[in-house]
Amino acid sequence: MKKNNLKAWLYLLPAIAFLGVFMVYPLVDVLVYSVEENYNFASQQATGIGWFNYSHVLHDTDFLQAVKNTFILVIITVPLSTLLALFISLGLSSIKPLKELYQTLYFLPYVTNTLAVGLVFMILFKKTEYTEGMVNILITWFGGKSVEGGFIDGPYWAKMFVLCFYTIWVVLPFKILILTSALASVNQDYYKAASIDGTSKSRVFFKITLPMISPMIFYLVITGFIGAFKAYSDAVALFGTDLNSAGMNTIVGYIYDKLYSSGGGYPSYASAAAIILFAIVLTITVINLSISKKNVKA
Amino acid sequence: MKIVLKHLTKEFPSRTKKGEVTVAVNDFDIEIPDGKLIGLLGPSGCGKSTALNLICGLETPTRGQIFFGENDVTKLSPENRGIGMVFQNYALYPHLTVEQNIRFPLENLKGKNKISKEEMNAKVLEAAKLVQIDDYMERKPNQLSGGQQQRVAIARALVKRPQVLLLDEPLSNLDARLRLQTREEIRRIQKETLITTIFVTHDQEEAMSISDLIVVMKTGVIQQVGKPQEVYNKPVNLFVAKFLGTPAINVFEGRMEGGKLLIGGKAVLERPDVPDQDVYVGIRPEGFIVDGNGPFELDLQSVEVMGRDTSVVAEHPSSLSGTTRAIVSTDDAEHVGGKKVRFSLKKAKVHLFRKDTEELIED
Repeated sequence: MKKNNLKAWLYLLPAIAFLGVFMVYPLVDVLVYSVEENYNFASQQATGIGWFNYSHVLHDTDFLQAVKNTFILVIITVPLSTLLALFISLGLSSIKPLKELYQTLYFLPYVTNTLAVGLVFMILFKKTEYTEGMVNILITWFGGKSVEGGFIDGPYWAKMFVLCFYTIWVVLPFKILILTSALASVNQDYYKAASIDGTSKSRVFFKITLPMISPMIFYLVITGFIGAFKAYSDAVALFGTDLNSAGMNTIVGYIYDKLYSSGGGYPSYASAAAIILFAIVLTITVINLSISKKNVKA
Repeated sequence: MKIVLKHLTKEFPSRTKKGEVTVAVNDFDIEIPDGKLIGLLGPSGCGKSTALNLICGLETPTRGQIFFGENDVTKLSPENRGIGMVFQNYALYPHLTVEQNIRFPLENLKGKNKISKEEMNAKVLEAAKLVQIDDYMERKPNQLSGGQQQRVAIARALVKRPQVLLLDEPLSNLDARLRLQTREEIRRIQKETLITTIFVTHDQEEAMSISDLIVVMKTGVIQQVGKPQEVYNKPVNLFVAKFLGTPAINVFEGRMEGGKLLIGGKAVLERPDVPDQDVYVGIRPEGFIVDGNGPFELDLQSVEVMGRDTSVVAEHPSSLSGTTRAIVSTDDAEHVGGKKVRFSLKKAKVHLFRKDTEELIED
C-alpha cells in the first residue's frame, strides 16, 4: 500500500510541480503583495504590513467605477444570455429543416476572433468623420433620435449597452451548445408519457424539460457569473486600452492597469483588487451553489 | 373495451433516397375482446412496438382504422383515447416523488374533467394500493428497485382509469426472479381491474404464461392469433413453431412417402393422411419417448439432469436446428447411454410443414 502511494505521488508530481509553480505560488504571492504597504517594485522593499492597500483601492474612484461597471455587466448579461440561450436551444431542438445551418450560425461567435468582432462592432456603433455608425443610421432611418457622439463615445448607458450586447453575443454560442445537447439528452419517453397523459406544452416545459436540464442551467449560471466578473478583453476590444477615461473599466481591467499601464507599477494595489475580486466571486459562487442544491433536481 | 383493428398499416419512408419504404405494420386485421390480457409477441424489429404506438396514438397509421368499442379513434390524439401506457424504461419523472408521479396525469385534466384535490388524493392512493406501492409514496424513483418502479409506472398509467392499458416490454428491464413476480402481478392487476390490456414482448415464455390471447408477429405481419396453448399445440407455420417454446422445437428435413414420415431415409412415424412430399418436421422436446426399440435413432451427445426432467442432447444429420434436445423424465433417462439413443415419437408433438410455404400440413 505504502509503495503504491509513493508511486501515485510520483505520477502526480509533474502536475503538482506545474500547478505549484504557476498557480499556488502566485496565489500566495498575491496575498503577500496585497498586505505589503508602499511596496517598491524596483527595490523590492516594503515599509510594513497592513490593510492600507485595500483601503486605498476601496477609496479609488476608478476602482469603484470598475466595480459598478462589472456588477451591471454581470447582472444584465448572465440572466439575459442564459434565457436567450434557452429559448434559442428550444427553438433549435424543435425545428427539423436547416437545423444544422442554424446551429453553425449560432456557433460562429464562439470561433470568431475577439478583435475582428471588435472591428465589426466599431462599424455598428462607432461614430467617425465619415459615418454615424450603422446603428445610429438605422435609428434615424426609423425616425428616432441618434445617440450623440455615437454609441461607443457617447453617454454611459450607450457604452454599457454596447458592452452588454457584445458580451451576450459572445457567450451565447457556448450556452446554446450546452443547452441543445442537454435538451437532446432528455429521454423522449418522458415526452411520450406526457403526451399520452395530455400534458399541456407549458406544463411539459416547466414540469419536465426544465427540471431535467436544470443541472446544466446552473452550471451555465455559475460559469457565466465567473466569466462575467473576469470581463476585460471585450471592453478593450470595444473601447480601447484607456478604459478609465472611457469610464468603462472592469475589475480585471483595473488590476491590469495598476500593474502595467502608464499609471501602473503598483503590484500591491493590483493584488488587493485581485483579492477583493476573488472574495466577490467566491461569495457569489457559494450563494449560487447553495441555491442550486435546493433547486436542481434529477 | 373491445379493440378492433381494420387493415391497420404503418409505412416508414426509407432513410436512403432510392430505398423502399419499410412496412412496420402490415394490414393488421384483428379483434381484441373486452377485458382480456393480450400478448403481442414477435422477435425484435417485427413491428410490435409500432403496433402498440399506433393503438395508443403516438404514431398515425398510413392506412386502416382503429376502433375502441364502437368508436373510431384513428384520428384521436393519445390523451383523448382513454389509454394508459407503461414504457419499457418506465419513463418515471426522476425529480418527482412516487406520489407526484402517479398524480401527474390527474393534474393535466382540464375543463369539466378537472377534479378536486381530495378526489386526486383518493385516486392516487387507490392506484398506489392496487399495485401495492403505497408505502413508498415519498420516495424518488431512483430510490426504488426495478420492480417497484414498474409498479409506479403501472399505477401512473391506471390512475385515470383508462379503457385500455398498453405495456411496452414491461418485464425486459427486470432480473429473472422479479420478472416472474411482476408478470403475476400484472396478471393480478389486470384481473382485478378488467381493463383490456395489451403488452408487447419478445419473450414467448412471458407471453405464454399470462396472456389470454397471443398475437404472433413476424416482419409486420400477423402470423397467428389464439390462446397460448392452442398456438403452441397447433402452430400455423414453421416460424411460429420455432418461436414458441423453450427449449425450442427441433426441426428436421424429412419426406412423406406412402403415409410414413421418413427422417434421414428411415420411417419414424405413421401419417397415413399426408400425401407424398418433402417436408420440414418440427418435434417438440417433450415429443420424444425413450424407447430401446424406437424407430428414430440419433447420435447421443450428452445427458443433462435438471431435477425432475432430463435433457437428452443428440445429433442427427438431417437436423436443421443444430443439436436435438429431448426432455424426458429422469427415470426414463437412466436407460440412456452409449453412442446411440433411440426414441419413439408422440404424434401430437410432431408437426409437419410444407417445404415450399413452410405452412402447417393439417391432419
